[in-house]
Formats: sequence, C-alpha cells, structure tokens
Amino acid sequence: MPARRSLGEGVRVAWLILRKDLTVEVRSLEIAYTTLFFAVSCVLFFAFALVKEGKAPEDGAAGILWIAIAFAGTLALGRTFERERQSETLRALLMAPADRPAIYVGKLLGIIALLVAAEIVLVPLVAFLFQAPLLSHPFWLGAVLLSGTIGFAAVGTLFSAMLVRARSRDVLLPVLLYPITVPVIIAGVRATAELLQPDVELALVRFWVALLLALDVVFVTLALWTFEPLMTD
Amino acid sequence: MSIDFNELTAEDVSRHFGRRKALSRISFRTGTGSILGLLGPNGAGKSTMIAVLATLLRPSGGDIRYGTHMASATGAELRARIGVLGHDLFLYPELTARENLAFFAGLYGAANARAAADAALDRAGLADRADDPISSFSRGMRQRVALERSLVHGPRLVLLDEPFTGLDDASAAALVARLRGLRNEGAIVVLATHDLDLAEGLLDSALFLRDGRMVEAVARPGALRSTYRSIMGRA
Amino acid sequence: MPKWFMPFAGLTAVMFAASPFVIASVRYESTMGLVQKIFYYHMPSASMFLLSAVVCGLASARYLFKGSPRQDRLAYAAAELTVLFGAITLVTGPLWARKAWGVWWTWDVRLTASLMGWMVAWAYLLVRKYGGPGSDKLAAGLALFGMANVPFVYISVNYWRTIHPKTSVVPTLPADMGMALWFSFVCFLMLFTLLLRLRVRLEEQRAKLDALYLSLDE
Repeated sequence: MPARRSLGEGVRVAWLILRKDLTVEVRSLEIAYTTLFFAVSCVLFFAFALVKEGKAPEDGAAGILWIAIAFAGTLALGRTFERERQSETLRALLMAPADRPAIYVGKLLGIIALLVAAEIVLVPLVAFLFQAPLLSHPFWLGAVLLSGTIGFAAVGTLFSAMLVRARSRDVLLPVLLYPITVPVIIAGVRATAELLQPDVELALVRFWVALLLALDVVFVTLALWTFEPLMTD
Repeated sequence: MSIDFNELTAEDVSRHFGRRKALSRISFRTGTGSILGLLGPNGAGKSTMIAVLATLLRPSGGDIRYGTHMASATGAELRARIGVLGHDLFLYPELTARENLAFFAGLYGAANARAAADAALDRAGLADRADDPISSFSRGMRQRVALERSLVHGPRLVLLDEPFTGLDDASAAALVARLRGLRNEGAIVVLATHDLDLAEGLLDSALFLRDGRMVEAVARPGALRSTYRSIMGRA
Repeated sequence: MPKWFMPFAGLTAVMFAASPFVIASVRYESTMGLVQKIFYYHMPSASMFLLSAVVCGLASARYLFKGSPRQDRLAYAAAELTVLFGAITLVTGPLWARKAWGVWWTWDVRLTASLMGWMVAWAYLLVRKYGGPGSDKLAAGLALFGMANVPFVYISVNYWRTIHPKTSVVPTLPADMGMALWFSFVCFLMLFTLLLRLRVRLEEQRAKLDALYLSLDE
C-alpha cells in the first residue's frame, strides 16, 4: 500500500512540475524559439561545410540530424536550468516534501517535450536539404528518435541539475554529457542511416532500437537512483 | 503522516567549505511562539545557518534537532513543516502570483491548491494583482508573494534570510506585523538580518555571529544597536 | 607508507625489468611475427584501464551513497590511473594496429568505446579541477555513468563484426605465450596497486592538512 501511494504522489509531483515548465515556456517561448533556430543553423552550417558540388555526402543526413539534436539539446538543457537558477527555484523544489526522483522525472519530461518539438522541425528540414528519404518509415524513425531522445535527455537532465551550483557550468555540461551519451548517438545515427537505405534491413533497425531502449532503462534507473544524493549538499 | 515539533535545537553545529569555516560550533535552542534573530555583519555565517536549518546543507559537525527528530534523519515529512524565505525569492518570474502560489501549494500537498493560493493572495493584500506575472512586481510586492509562498503550507518553522532587503517603510512594517502574527500563532521563527533598527523590538532572543562563530546569545534583547556595538567591539 | 610498500615496489621494478626478456623468450606468433609482442603490454594495460575505471565507479557509488571521504579519495586516484593506463593502451594499440592491420585507427566499437571511456576519465579530472564546490559529488555521478560504459566495451566485440581480435583469443593461447602474458599481467597489476596506494596517500595527506587548518582556531 505505501509503495503505491508514493508512486501516485510521485506522478502527481512530476505532472505539477511538467505543467509548470510548459506554462513558463509557453509564456515566452524563449527557449523553444532559440533552440529551434540554433538547431536549424546547425543543420545549415553542416550543409555548407559538407556539401560538395551541390550534393551532400551519403549517410550525412543521419549524422547531421543527430548532431543537431545533441547540440540543440545541450543548449536547451543549459537554458532550462539557468531559469531554475535565477531565483534559486531549484532549491525551493528540493525543499518541498516532494520525492526527489519525482522532481527529476518532471524536469526530464519537459526536456523531452522540448527536444521532440525541435525534432519535428528538424526531420523535414534535413530530409529536404539533403534529399534524404527520412520519412519513408515514419514509425521506425519515430521509435529511433524517441528512444534516443529519452537516453540523451535522461543523462542531460541529471547532469544539468547537478551543475546548477557548480562553477564553469556552461562548458562542463558538454564535457560531462557528450562522452556518456556517445552510445546513444552511435545507435541513433546507425539506426537512422539504416532507415535511409533503399532496401532497409528492419532487423538491424530493431536491434539498434532495442539497444537504445536498454540504454534508456539503464540511464533513467541510474539517474533516479542517484538524483537525491547528487542534489544534497 | 506528518510530524510536528515544539522546539528547535542546534548542537555544536559546524560547517566548512574546503578550508573555509562558515560555521563554528553554534549552539542554541528556541521554541514555539518566539522569534530568534541571527545578527551579524556580512559573511558572519547567517545565511549558512539558515540553509542548515532548512535542511539544504548538511552540517560538517554537530546536528540540528527538530523536537525529537534529528536533521540527519531528515525526510519529506520534516521538510513539509519548514518554510523558507530566502534571499533569492524562489519565485518564477514568468508565472503570475496566483500560479506561483498554486504551484507551491500543490507541491506541498495542499488539497485545493487554487483556494490556498487565493487565501495567500488575500493575506498578502495582492488579490487584485493575482494574474500579473511576478516580473512586473516591485521588490516589495515580490517579497510579499515570496513570504506567502514560504507560508502557504502552514509550516511550524519559518526561516527568513535578510527579508527586509529593499523594502520601503510600509512594506517593512507590514512584514514586522506579519512576523508578530506568526509568533502569536505558535510558529518558531528564525530571522537572519543585519538591519538592526527593524529587528528592534521584534526579537525575543538574539544570536550574534561573527566569522562563523557565536559571539553572544542574548535573551530579550533591547536596544539592539548599542548591544551589537558593544558585543562586536568586545570580540 | 605501509611496510609492504617498498619491498613491493622493488619487486615490481625487478619484474618489469625482467619482462622484456620473458617476452623475447616466447615463440613468435605465426602471422604477425615480432610486432605481435606488443600485445604483452597492450592487453594488461587495457585490463588495468578497465580495472581502474571499475574501481573508480565502485568507489564513486560508495562515496555517493555512504559519504565516506576515503572512497572519494580512492575514486579520484583511480580516475587518474584510468587516464594513465588508458593512454598506454591507446598508444600501444595503434602502434600494433599500424603494423598488423595497416591503419593507425578504425572506428570499430571496441576502440570507439574505449576512447569514450578514456574521455569520461578526463572529464572526471576536469570536473574535479574546475567544478568548484560540490565537484566531488558531480564527478562521482559522472563516474557511475562512465562505469555503465565498461561492460558495453567488453561485450561489444562479440556482437559486431570488427577486425579487433575477439575476447575468445586469450583462453586459447598456447602455454608459453599464456605464461608470458600472465607474467606481464601480474607486473601491471602490481604497478597499478603501487600507483593507487601512492596517489591515495597523497590525497590523505591533503585531507589531513585541511583538517589541521580547520582545527587551527578551535
């Protein structure tokens, strides 16, 4: 009985925080617009850097898509937690009697929502600029993007929260985040590249998605487990 | 499951950051219906002490006792009985006053967050500005909302860190009245400030801190400024 | 220093001095000849690289959940050793690869994952140096996530096509090559133990100094 009650409590708290984050974001849309613009600039940068004689490199689309997601994600994470740093509201959240893992989940869902919104714009853009048939298997692409985003966001949310009170936090976030999320990026790019092939080998894609889901489970579990000790001084 | 306590005891509390000693063996005791002042110059350790009492920081040495509950056994139930008005106001500037209060009321488990928020707005006298974002408020108004935010769950222990900063006379007087009201309702109030004139006549007991050390503990302090000068001059 | 330290250090030095002779006395491997012998340093240093990563991860976990400063010192020392042995591995590997495979580096999974693990160790050191207050916990969290990387490195070779030799190579070595490998392995393990003990002691002295500072005006 107690276990179920605290799970319901946790869900309630996570939902409260998610709703608060979405409300704050919708008011100004600052993070949404700037992240989106940054992601688009990223893609264009790569396009200009890599396109030779009017043609993009093969498999370039998959890599460029995921790099843009990673860079934009890092920016969004930094900005989101900068907001919580402004009036030390993260401290206020930690002082509440809410379960700490629930706070983590609430912030995580907000980040995932933001990244998914960016991906909805990025996928057609990359498909268009690089003539890549990204939308040929929408279900599988969605599965790959979602499972990869969850993994990236799970680690990113934890590290950003930890860095709120650290020095050099802007540069330390990529330093911490990128090496740990390399498996996520590799799997995501490989799966996306496979989906771009003329004759897709779905078994391979399924394998990468399974790997991504396993990574998601490991990362989220580890994050839930370590959030409380990491946030207490 | 909620807990309550009638007294707050600090036993030999120390806290250091690397080689810097922020707090050095502070001990005191205070109970319901009283206002304890933490006084001292900047850097004395007042904010650190408030953070330790709020369970945000763990002491490097010593312990805090909330009634019979040790701080080291802190859980959610204990945090539900503590309200903190920090130097940073813990408000989301993009949200309205009502949204801020309702969010925190919900977070603290209020059955009807909206009603709790409205009641808090009435107490702050800001019901007419309920739907304006906090960013449009003056410092004094933000302070009032922040105070209500810290009290929205009816905490037993109320911690205030430099609450008079940037307040005009009217707001400061209102805050003093509110604190007296809290004391009369039986709250344990701990107030850190370097504004002695405003603290005058408000405090039931005072702790003078300097460089993290407790210089003097005074019960029923009158004429704070001269007491402060003599104590600080002595140390 | 504990009593065993100096004799142990002496023994390690002697064994390391002897190791080139031990390695030279073993037969040549059939396809790669002399070049293959770098394996006797490469594989043990890779093992020490992974071992120190695991030690760092476990000590970090214990530090995070139990708060013992001793575990924190151990984690810091282990992270430095991860960078050290990782560097040795990532230098001996390509040296061997250039001769055996014709390329300095490929992006197969084991190499990539090892490089990433090494970078996590670097990130750990950067965080401890530049993270400011609370960076010890931050780094501990990072180490935990980095440790989750380690099994990924080890099993990766068995699940993807790669030109890196599979992990089934070691148990099937002929006896004399196996002996040389174990000799080398023991050398590296002893070196690891020595360096770890030395580094932890440095941190212990620092902690004692801090404690003295703090108790100055008690």
